[in-house]
Amino acid sequence: MSHAERPLTAMIDPVTGPPDCAAYERAGGWQATRTALRTLAPAEVVDIVTRSRLRGRGGAGFGTGQKWSFVPREPASERCKYLIANADEMEPGTFKDRWLMEGNPLQLVEGMLLAAYAIQAGHGIIFLRGEYHLARTRLHDAIAQARHGGWLGQDILGSGFSFDIHVHVSAGRYICGEETALLTALEGRRATPRSKPPFPQTGGLWGAPSVVNNVETLSNLPHIIANGPEWFAGLGIGPDGGTKIYGVSGRVRRPGAWELPIGTPLREIIEEHAGGMQPGYGLRALLPGGASTAFVDDTALDMAMDYASVEKAGSRLGTGMAIILDDRTCPVGMLRNLEHFFAQESCGWCTPCRDGLPWVERLLDAIEAGTGMAEDIDQLDRHARMLGTPGHTFCAHAPGAMAPLASGLKLFARDFADHIAGRGCPLRHAA
Amino acid sequence: MTTIRIDGREWPTRPGINLLQACLEAGANLPYFCWHPELGSVGACRQCAVRQFSGPDDRTGRLVMACMTPVSDGAIIAIEDAQARAFREGVIEWMMVNHPHDCPVCEEGGECHLQDMTVMTGHNQRRYRFTKRTHRNQDLGPFVKHEMNRCIACYRCVRFYRDYAGGDDLAAFASHDSVYFGRAEDGALQNAFSGNLVEICPTGVFTDKPFSGVYTRKWDLRGAPSVCVHCAVGCNIIVNAREESVRRIVNRYNAAVNRYMLCDRGRFGHGFVNADSRIRMPMRSIDGHPAPVPTRDAVMQFARMAADGPVVGIASPRASMETCFSLRALVGEARFSTGQTQVEQACGQLACTLLRQHPGVIPSLHEMESADGVLVLGEDVCATAPRLGLSLRQSVRQPSFPMADAAKVPRWMDAAVRTIGCDAPSGLFILTPAPTDLDPVAAQCFRAVPDDIARIGFAIAHRIDPSAPTVTDLTDEQVRLVEHAAATLLAAKKPLVVSGMQYGSPALMRAAAAIASALARTIPASGLSLVLPECNSMGLALLGGLTLEAVMAQARAGKIATLVIAENDLTRRLSPAAVVELLEAVPNIVIIDHTDTPPCRDATLVLPAAAFSECSGTLVSQEGRAQRFFQAVYPPQPIRAGWRWMQALARAQGCVNVQAAARIQATGLTTWQGLDDVIAALGRACPILAGMVDAAPGADYRIDGQKLRSQTYRASGRTVIRSHISVRDQPPPGSPDTPFSSSMEGAYTPDMPPSLVPGYQVPSWNSVQSLNRFQHEIGGDMRGGISGVRLFPAPDATDHPTHPCATDIPAAFARAEDSVLVLPDTRLFGSEELSMLSPPVAARATPPTLRVPTGAAGPAHMTLHLPDGAHTLPVEPLAGLPDGVVLCPSHMVSPAFMFPCMARITPAGEAT
Repeated sequence: MSHAERPLTAMIDPVTGPPDCAAYERAGGWQATRTALRTLAPAEVVDIVTRSRLRGRGGAGFGTGQKWSFVPREPASERCKYLIANADEMEPGTFKDRWLMEGNPLQLVEGMLLAAYAIQAGHGIIFLRGEYHLARTRLHDAIAQARHGGWLGQDILGSGFSFDIHVHVSAGRYICGEETALLTALEGRRATPRSKPPFPQTGGLWGAPSVVNNVETLSNLPHIIANGPEWFAGLGIGPDGGTKIYGVSGRVRRPGAWELPIGTPLREIIEEHAGGMQPGYGLRALLPGGASTAFVDDTALDMAMDYASVEKAGSRLGTGMAIILDDRTCPVGMLRNLEHFFAQESCGWCTPCRDGLPWVERLLDAIEAGTGMAEDIDQLDRHARMLGTPGHTFCAHAPGAMAPLASGLKLFARDFADHIAGRGCPLRHAA
Repeated sequence: MTTIRIDGREWPTRPGINLLQACLEAGANLPYFCWHPELGSVGACRQCAVRQFSGPDDRTGRLVMACMTPVSDGAIIAIEDAQARAFREGVIEWMMVNHPHDCPVCEEGGECHLQDMTVMTGHNQRRYRFTKRTHRNQDLGPFVKHEMNRCIACYRCVRFYRDYAGGDDLAAFASHDSVYFGRAEDGALQNAFSGNLVEICPTGVFTDKPFSGVYTRKWDLRGAPSVCVHCAVGCNIIVNAREESVRRIVNRYNAAVNRYMLCDRGRFGHGFVNADSRIRMPMRSIDGHPAPVPTRDAVMQFARMAADGPVVGIASPRASMETCFSLRALVGEARFSTGQTQVEQACGQLACTLLRQHPGVIPSLHEMESADGVLVLGEDVCATAPRLGLSLRQSVRQPSFPMADAAKVPRWMDAAVRTIGCDAPSGLFILTPAPTDLDPVAAQCFRAVPDDIARIGFAIAHRIDPSAPTVTDLTDEQVRLVEHAAATLLAAKKPLVVSGMQYGSPALMRAAAAIASALARTIPASGLSLVLPECNSMGLALLGGLTLEAVMAQARAGKIATLVIAENDLTRRLSPAAVVELLEAVPNIVIIDHTDTPPCRDATLVLPAAAFSECSGTLVSQEGRAQRFFQAVYPPQPIRAGWRWMQALARAQGCVNVQAAARIQATGLTTWQGLDDVIAALGRACPILAGMVDAAPGADYRIDGQKLRSQTYRASGRTVIRSHISVRDQPPPGSPDTPFSSSMEGAYTPDMPPSLVPGYQVPSWNSVQSLNRFQHEIGGDMRGGISGVRLFPAPDATDHPTHPCATDIPAAFARAEDSVLVLPDTRLFGSEELSMLSPPVAARATPPTLRVPTGAAGPAHMTLHLPDGAHTLPVEPLAGLPDGVVLCPSHMVSPAFMFPCMARITPAGEAT
């Protein structure tokens, strides 16, 4: 694969470590910043990003340019605004942002600078997952270098635009990945999601206009500005623009993450890049985009991994980091682990999520442990229905938690029935 | 007109509210938890789900949370929809997963919103079969009991405590289904409004701890509408009683005054009525020792005393209008004292005059909440009028509302409005000698002595209206403050100036009035509020009378044979030497009080008066609002209302003294049959008080020909409670002064006059949330009208007096070398007389300390040399206190000490 086709990861070299400021510049870094700050108006940057068809890589897939378009237009010098990188990568099975931050932190810094210029935000914050120690060190280092090189600070490149970045290390809750809960956490309060309106773009951090973008989304920006929106849009195979970091975990030969054109077929990702299933294991089903996406089985292998196609298959692209369920692992046990995670990570704000998810977890516990009853399936169904509908709960946490459960109850109905009839997990009995 | 369709029926409603409010106002039974009319919507509990349809052709619709959805004209919703019902039932089922189901032993049982809502949703079968999560409970101090296992995590408690009341020691901890509402560690809740948690909490997590010790189910409590007696704000309360004891105080909604909240002093200060310090029998001094005597002997003794010579009456600002007025009728206007010192009376009457002259508005507490520029001039309202302080705290949110409007966020969308307005500038200025609880929300705080604050006040008045007198020699910092405050007040639509008589400074109140009237020239809605010290201070200011100093002079001259003291502990007003002098100079001392006070030891005759819970009467609050309190308890015979004692004394006196009989005859005192007669006579004698008659309906008020019941239909104790004595049905006690039946028989309806509401309950709604049904609009006026009556007429908007109050501008404070300025440290718990006889309040009062500027703090103890002697106190450094000033707890160290005064201060133990 040629260099140009994987712009996000081209500079990442696990052996030499992340490029320093000079190496980053030699490899084409800061070119986009020069172009933008010297020749483009903020609105033109927004327009370019809109035309590039870049969509949010955090999971929701909202058009990045469109998201920015709601931000009030005053210059940064006149109004306090915030650009926040959502680096709270806590989705189970997902490790793409970590790769980007550890491998090329300056790319994120430049991406944030471009985004901040586009929305005219003077303050940048990276909301970093607490466990990402190496990323933290490297980001601090990259930010210091960027400041030293005049890429952050006052009057960057003589443009009159000033911007700096602060790294905030999360105290550690999954819900902080939800953009409004992230803002509340940044304000030093309980990480509870907020109702909208006000949307963050108009009333975000401390009430100021704020944009929260995913690390991968932001890392794309230097390449879009440097190479143009048409180039970026053309990188994708389907309707979406750019490349996407796809990953596979589970019993495949080569678990990992790869930068591929967005819209790459799932089969290609699993069979070519991940090397197919390990010997002796068959593919039972998979979560295509992290723990909060619905299961698809092998009939969906030929779908293109773009936003619309995955949705059509009944799931979501999410983070694009697939988790494989093989045929020798108990799906009930896997669901039990997933729901344990979601129950534990409920922020406790709204009733259905706070008290419904632990119930689900305990039902799955019971079924797995052999004390399940036939009516437990009805209870699980009821929860999947009641918690799974957006609007029933305050935020998308519970619907995300119900996506694997609802699909799992259908796909693995037989396994559930066997667990209940056989008073426990048949796989464990066999082992 | 806006209409919405609920379950196929059109309902008129109003724009600007949410669907939950609209449904409740339409009388629908839609369950909810996290929403509260005063706290707004946050969408946490998900209980009020309804199905909303996008139009007449929409057959599917979608579930929405009614509390989070604004009313729109023509909106179509379904409450009785299978999907919505199932969801609401599911929400209750989730809440009940960890709930202990301990209703039989829970204090909330019978008035539990969670019980009501559970029944309303139809959830009745437990399907969760796993272990419940349990919590450890905390000791939250003497007011509030904690049982976290009952919690359904509606977040109301922390939203009230932190966001609304500004507390910081109650928080939500942990997450997911372990979320915990409590303190970081055991300890008394520090906020002055912690008791409201009892009513805010929809279930039994936070319950009334003193009530728990004398617990009775709501349905067995008798209720009487009443008025709080622990400050001059006049919060409306309901006294709940059973048999002969007061069990608890709960809030009585008054849309203009206290609305949904009371302060802890008001809620828990009632213990004095059940205390050992109560006087229960007439006591006569026989050979210097008090001995109980029959009532008849007592009043006849008074008649003999009255024959000895002139009788002088001393009333009290904590006694009802009726008691004070009947005392005046007994002794004659010329011999009637208000029972206040010269300073107290002058300040009270000045406040009354300034308010009546004020050309702007005298705002109610609710109106203060919408003030958008507030200047507090030398009064720690958080200690002297706590509920008023809570209203001022809400006022600082005003600037955030236009921001929310601009963002198209409804004002009831609480969390969102707070997010939008988190950087909104505060319009509150606090100029006080010492820090106050409101400082954290103020735009600017300034510390100075009262005289300097008054000077700044006059300078602000001059800055607003250049024709007002000027103040010279201000410091640069003071000039900047004057500019900032004046600009903020002038930019406000509803500016408000608050002062009071905490520091005994007429100049402060005049300065406040000068600013408010200067503002009123251009802003008609300019408000003036003056804080008075006691529950009937304003009533006495309107009634008038001699000062205590004048009584002293008469006593010294030997012109008083008998002194009748009504509900007044003179040791709180006169120095110990003066009290001794007075008691020695007057041969006969008659004390009529409910509580044993130090002078009772030396009294010739002590008569047991009814406390506020045992009789009915009227109090006039500091804003001139006359409000009636009604009898909740029927005390054993010798105890009677103050005015009935006056009547008994008058009748006895009339038997032996023909002259006095003729004079008293003219007042009608001996002929009054009931409270209404007293009020009518009072109105004739004092036209300004004539409006008092409308404070509440009279004793002859009936609904459908019936008296009003003061017990619930379910009261169970009528025959049972005395069954160990007799199983016969006892006739209910008579209540001749009120329209109440004092039993479970009689009328009770949400349309009844709010001054007569004995409690809130409607079918399906047994908790305080049933109040919704008693209101025209939620958070608005009661369906039965308003409670109480404003005695001051609306000002004449065209009449702007030319600064009558801007006189006597004091000189700047000059520090003395050898002495300090001693100012009162008014404590929320400790300084007020009656509440300190209530055990839970006494337990919350901290021992007295001497608060000194941080620079002056050296020795751990210091001695303050006051006119009545030296007082050694532990020293507590207080940041921000001006140099040369110390704060001495008022009424806790030298009870009658007159502030302000200069005094020497020395390290403890040093020879003086």
